[in-house]
Amino acid sequence: MIRLAILLLALAAAPSWAAIDIYQFDSDAQQDRFHRLTEELRCPKCQNQSIADSDAEISQDMRERVARMIREGHSDEEIVTFFVDRYGDFVSYRPPFNPRTAILWVGPLTLLLLGGVGIVLLVRRASREAEEDDQ
Amino acid sequence: MSKGTNPWVFLPLVAFVALAVLLASGLGRNPEELPSALAGKPVPEFSRPSLLNDRTLTEELLTGRWQLLNVWGTWCPTCYVEHPYLLELARSGIPIVGLDYKDEDAKARDYLAEYGNPFREVIVDADGQLGLDLGVYGAPETFLINPRGEIVLRHVGEMNQRVWDDKFAPVLQQAGEASGVAP
Amino acid sequence: MAAELGHLSLWVAIAAALVLAVFPLIGVYRRVESWQRYARPLAWLQWLALTVAMICLGYSFYINDFTVTYVANHSNSQLPLGYRLSAIWGGHEGSLLLWGWMLGGWTALVGLFSRKVPLPMVVRVLSVMGMIAVGFHAFMLFTSNPFDRSLPWFPIDGADLNPLLQDPGLIIHPPMLYMGYVGFSVAFAFAVAGLLAGNLDPAWARWARPWTTVAWSFLTVGIALGSWWAYYELGWGGWWFWDPVENASLLPWLAGTALIHSLAVSEKRNLFRAWTVLLAIVTFSMSLLGTFLVRSGVLTSVHAFANDPSRGAFILGFLVVVAGGALTLFALRAGRLKGKGGFKPLSREAFLLGNNLLLLTATFAVLMGTLYPLLGEALDIKVSIRAAYFNSFFVPLTLVLMAILVPGMLSNWKRQDSSPLLRRMLMLAPAALIGGYLGARLPGDTPWVGTLALILALFLVFAHIDDLVRRALAYNRGFLGGLGKLGRGYYGMVLAHSGMAVLVAGVTVVSFHEVERDVRMAPGDVAEVGAYRFEFDTLSEYAGPNFDSRKGHFLVTRDGEPIAEMNPEKRTYRVSGQVMTEAAIDAGLMRDLYVALGEPLGGDAWAVRIYHKPMIRWIWLGALIMALGGALALTDARYRKKMTRSKADADGEVVYE
Repeated sequence: MIRLAILLLALAAAPSWAAIDIYQFDSDAQQDRFHRLTEELRCPKCQNQSIADSDAEISQDMRERVARMIREGHSDEEIVTFFVDRYGDFVSYRPPFNPRTAILWVGPLTLLLLGGVGIVLLVRRASREAEEDDQ
Repeated sequence: MSKGTNPWVFLPLVAFVALAVLLASGLGRNPEELPSALAGKPVPEFSRPSLLNDRTLTEELLTGRWQLLNVWGTWCPTCYVEHPYLLELARSGIPIVGLDYKDEDAKARDYLAEYGNPFREVIVDADGQLGLDLGVYGAPETFLINPRGEIVLRHVGEMNQRVWDDKFAPVLQQAGEASGVAP
Repeated sequence: MAAELGHLSLWVAIAAALVLAVFPLIGVYRRVESWQRYARPLAWLQWLALTVAMICLGYSFYINDFTVTYVANHSNSQLPLGYRLSAIWGGHEGSLLLWGWMLGGWTALVGLFSRKVPLPMVVRVLSVMGMIAVGFHAFMLFTSNPFDRSLPWFPIDGADLNPLLQDPGLIIHPPMLYMGYVGFSVAFAFAVAGLLAGNLDPAWARWARPWTTVAWSFLTVGIALGSWWAYYELGWGGWWFWDPVENASLLPWLAGTALIHSLAVSEKRNLFRAWTVLLAIVTFSMSLLGTFLVRSGVLTSVHAFANDPSRGAFILGFLVVVAGGALTLFALRAGRLKGKGGFKPLSREAFLLGNNLLLLTATFAVLMGTLYPLLGEALDIKVSIRAAYFNSFFVPLTLVLMAILVPGMLSNWKRQDSSPLLRRMLMLAPAALIGGYLGARLPGDTPWVGTLALILALFLVFAHIDDLVRRALAYNRGFLGGLGKLGRGYYGMVLAHSGMAVLVAGVTVVSFHEVERDVRMAPGDVAEVGAYRFEFDTLSEYAGPNFDSRKGHFLVTRDGEPIAEMNPEKRTYRVSGQVMTEAAIDAGLMRDLYVALGEPLGGDAWAVRIYHKPMIRWIWLGALIMALGGALALTDARYRKKMTRSKADADGEVVYE
């Protein structure tokens, strides 16, 4: 049990340095796209790292494919969709907006709205009180 | 001003309890296994050499009957552990196609020669790009494919009796497949 | 021997904490003053015992006692002494000891600096802190004991400290962070003490505020250090990843910032007290939540300390007791905390309400994004959440927050007339607009969001300068004389807000204008990034104390002028075999140049990553300025005055005498 814990600790604290591979691109703009996309795609088997940050083989394979697809002229959308089709929404760090994920946005927005309403009511009451004080 | 209790004061507590329940539900789970995004979709097209002979294998290989597609490599220790069970499954009549993932041909052939070959065919995927098309992210992985060549489910990790009973057998039974699988 | 002594000390500490939690508090309820007087000494005893424990653990590291499991897991005989000692908090168990030690320290300090607080209140506060301490010490003693020995077998040498942690950042980042986390327990204790008492002395906010501010300042520094450390240590130039562990530190910070501002209202006007109490509970609960997230295995993160569900269960239980208990108490007693006082819609109070709303929405969004993967499991969806989601809230919320900051600061308490306010803002606006627009165009094309952020940041700074000048002159003693009369609290605010403007400016410019290039280089090759020319001169090798290194030597020039020599390294740590990238950074106020070695590519070529990061230092500088502002504010004279009593007048204004 102790050893398992130690092992887990070691894995959890493993160094995570970015892999720097060299891909030939036709332009700086393409290289920028590559950086952005690889930061947006998640390594399917790592501890919450993008494929840009991870050294795992699967990340390398994915980066290869991203580089190839950029060179072939695919759009950012197409590239992300390619991976999402195969690995699921999990692989993109941009969560999709659908009924089950809606709460991500609806939650804080609701708080903002309700809070705003609450403040308005509070301020109105306080305002009345201020007027009473003045009299 | 009335001194009655404002019911809103209980909101933080209620919200917290909901949070605590959510957190408790997360304990002890393994957050890492991914379900296959391709469930229900056909196996992607491919054209690859076979490990075992001169044929060129395509997605046709995975049609016509219920089959397993097992992703493995000689570099993968867990594959070695599950290998005997794969042999059992094969012997009991379950067709298994192997996907030799990011591996070397010679090593793979030696491996099968030494430890036995449960595969009716083995597809060579040295650069892992077919794996990418399948949503593979490591080995071992085992896919269940129906006669129409569609992926029904994917298991990540070691294949053994328990996994078979819990995940694969029920699906096959439902499909009316009375292949007498209870190795 | 040392480990046994340390272990024994932990038992003494928990015993002291237990007695502290119970005995003097009974003295309050039974009105036996002599019992109450035990609170402070008990706090000191607890801290003393914990100090002994820390020394014992440090000593075990010092003498390389690898029979102690924790030492064996986190140290090595080749590890340099500095890291051997700071390895005390390099792992889960030891970091808990650090937590506990700091909690003990804060408890003792509260006892020390609370002479003007009535004794029963002090007792309640210390008692609550004692209760929290009991929980933490119990967690340590029963699930995560740093003093466990692995006898009869033990390793000849240790497993070495994770190379990522073998860095000066380790020595200071966790202690700063924990000072913040733990420090918020004081605000929490004051809040719960107030609820227990069933009424809040109007001076309550003035007692609680300096403690909260100092905790907040420490947390600010801790988070900034973490960001800076990640930047130069991890090898790829990122400074914030929205990783769950990072978010865990941001949550109490956001809630804590709301708390500070709410306390400002409560201190001045005896209003929002129930709300402030609630915020104090929430802030500390966020600290505890963070502790839970990092150690329970519930979320995936490269930073996660430990992935042990049983420990996670303990912390969760602890969190439930602490937060659940406090919130229940709140629900039952909040009604008694109603303040009296009104204010008009255009007033400082109203703007501060806006501040709180925005900060809490941000807190909620971060919480939501961090915990959603958990919810997703329950709903059977797997999604990943990072910058894209968080920024979609954070960016607009920050912009609005900055926008209301200026009118908020310029407004009077209770009522502000709109014309003078508008006039002042309109006077400052053009300078901000022009300055911001030009500033945004300087590095290149900036999207309108960035331009807006810079305009608001400038607006903020100009408004503060304007306000400062006016207030100084209002004393009619000349400008310098007036400056001397402005309280440190005021200067603290100016600094803190300006720090935020600096931070936002840095984030804006670096986010939109950083340049990253990956190139294949062998000695002799040259790469051009922006206006800079990087020449890969030579590659050398050397052996460090516990690692072997290959070092690249780069010469950087600009328009022919030599700028810097940069030496990135690739280190292999001998014991663990891990390979670490030591990036070379040429730091400057207006830009960083950053070179890191990737993989060797065959021949003598390497994959080299080069960054140009404009104004990235402003981010940490801004945070530092913010923290300084906080530190300054809490040394304000009004906290040191001997207060005999306080009351709230008919208008809700708090009067201190």
